Amino acid sequence: MSDRRHLLLNLLRRPDDFRALSLEQWDLVVRQARRSGVLARIAFLLEDRGSLAEVPEGPLQHLLAARTLALKHVRDVRWEVICVTRVLADLKVPITLLKGAAYVFADLPPARGRLFADIDFMVPKDRIAAVEKALLRSEWLTDVTDAYDQRYYRQWTHQIPPLRHDRRQTVLDVHHTIVQPTARASVEPEPLVAASRTLDVAALRILAPTDMVLHSAVHLFNDGEFDRGLRDLLDLSDLLRHFGAEPGFWDALPRRAEDLGLTGPLYLTFRYLQRLLDVPIPPKALSAAERWQPSTARRALFDSLFDRALLPDHKSCDGRLTPLARWLLYARAHYLRMPFALLLPHLVRKAVHRGEEE
Amino acid sequence: MKLSDWSRQELVARLAGPGLNLWTGPFLNRIRTRIPAVVDGISLLYADYPIEAEGDFADFHVALTQPLGPRRWLRRQVNFEFDGLRIFKPLPLDQALPMMEWGLNWCIGGHAHQYLIIHSATIEKDGFAAILPGAPGSGKSTLTAYLVNNGWRLLSDELALLSLEDGRVTALARPISLKNQSIDIIGGLIPSARLSRRSEDTVKGTVALLKAPADSLARIGETAQPAWVIFPSYKKDAATALVPRPKADTVIEIGRNAFNYSIHGRQGFDLLSKVVDGCASYDFTYSDLAEAREVFAALEPAAAPAREVGPKTSSG
Repeated sequence: MSDRRHLLLNLLRRPDDFRALSLEQWDLVVRQARRSGVLARIAFLLEDRGSLAEVPEGPLQHLLAARTLALKHVRDVRWEVICVTRVLADLKVPITLLKGAAYVFADLPPARGRLFADIDFMVPKDRIAAVEKALLRSEWLTDVTDAYDQRYYRQWTHQIPPLRHDRRQTVLDVHHTIVQPTARASVEPEPLVAASRTLDVAALRILAPTDMVLHSAVHLFNDGEFDRGLRDLLDLSDLLRHFGAEPGFWDALPRRAEDLGLTGPLYLTFRYLQRLLDVPIPPKALSAAERWQPSTARRALFDSLFDRALLPDHKSCDGRLTPLARWLLYARAHYLRMPFALLLPHLVRKAVHRGEEE
Repeated sequence: MKLSDWSRQELVARLAGPGLNLWTGPFLNRIRTRIPAVVDGISLLYADYPIEAEGDFADFHVALTQPLGPRRWLRRQVNFEFDGLRIFKPLPLDQALPMMEWGLNWCIGGHAHQYLIIHSATIEKDGFAAILPGAPGSGKSTLTAYLVNNGWRLLSDELALLSLEDGRVTALARPISLKNQSIDIIGGLIPSARLSRRSEDTVKGTVALLKAPADSLARIGETAQPAWVIFPSYKKDAATALVPRPKADTVIEIGRNAFNYSIHGRQGFDLLSKVVDGCASYDFTYSDLAEAREVFAALEPAAAPAREVGPKTSSG
């Protein structure tokens, strides 16, 4: 796999091989990494090895610039979350940080070099209306003005419509659970909250390690959007490496996946971390995962789809079948998310609406 | 090797095929397009810029393309693509050349965080740089175009690139974007001016691009020490006046005019404070370019306590 398509992937698998890259290959590495949102991660990867200064001048400037930007995003996330806790202080509501914001506040490895778009957190469903009201009364505005979309979020999804800060332009995604309630594998929030851990900052919590991994997995494999797929796969790699050192983690993870009904995404996580990034998974976790293994035919189909869709969304990585693979996975995500009777009218409306906008 | 070493056919073939590898200051741009007006603009404005015949690593991969589909024939448009992504809404085809310039500025402002980037013109004399931040309509580009043809060197018309280590300014020396009446004013005052074709009805009105002076390009590799921050403001019939302004206020105002000030956090604040501390800072009101030239000619680096100049200096 020393071809152009897998250039970035190969560098992530074997970072020390960066010395063998030609300037022409660096050109593609920077472009593929920028598109996947992992340019800063490469900067930190090489910095941690003490090798950053060996990168040729041209690409080095882009790595340093991305590193600077990533550090700024971490500062922004910290500040934004503190602002949210101040606005919500009177409500005395527990705030469970999710994804990137959780990685930052818990000081977990994926926070390094991650570029953030939104800040995700979870509050109890019966308090979400009060939370929304408090944020709207402060300086956040709703981003969704269309009445249908407003209703869609509230009725069928696991979050309220995203809120945008009037001046800072940061976006909050406020959830009441981690998976859309209409999904085939829906997840009740109570066990997640019961297992969650506290942080130093009052009112803030993060999911338990197993649940953090499962949330990241379900988000990557069941959401249908893969433009940042490689970054999310690297998040999972970091989380497993980090939590894998905690005693009992590898026994607890498969059990928790079974309890929450998230064995599918965890199976795919193990499979593609091994296939694409050579991440070692302990045998006992793998043997558990064998129980959830899909049929040989389905496995071959999944491989042909995910091997393509998890590559950077850059033209140098696209084969003839890549657009089809991405489309099929997008369709699969909708199928997993909603029953067909709900989905069809939604997609029809979206299609008509898009036509009107043109 | 410079761009004018190529024949027109060769340039067209490169732009249509693998791309033209064009150096603008510290950045190597790989540009692709089949739009004749852009080819014309590039061969006029960038004739003397260095190029790479065989490109390996490029900083920015850009293309100017025409959207496909039926609308192509009804209303001819142009897209700016950054490595295959369309960053802006399409513009009328007539604006393709200014769009390339705006797009290249966007590439730098959005990615080159190895610099602190201020939205301002910068010009140099004797190794010292004057930073000229200015709102659109302040006459910043007109003043810059005039001064760089009268004793000053062009560093940039739009972007001041400050080194994070020592605050020195790196030159871009790209073409100057002139708008509306300034096109004829500069054309009239500078006989040697090479101007691109005009694009009408852009968001900034009529735009024409002025080729950078030859000596600015020849010395593009020389950085400069910031010595003055001057906020220009063109006012019709106004007397020429150079008025000192408080440094704290200048730091805030430049910070507001910077593309990536907040990205640099504490480091950005410290750098900007240090740079402004080492500079004399002024508001500059003018209506007469010849008088403006004299005021600028009289500037001394690290000037003794700043003094007020004008109402009208004697011309001589």
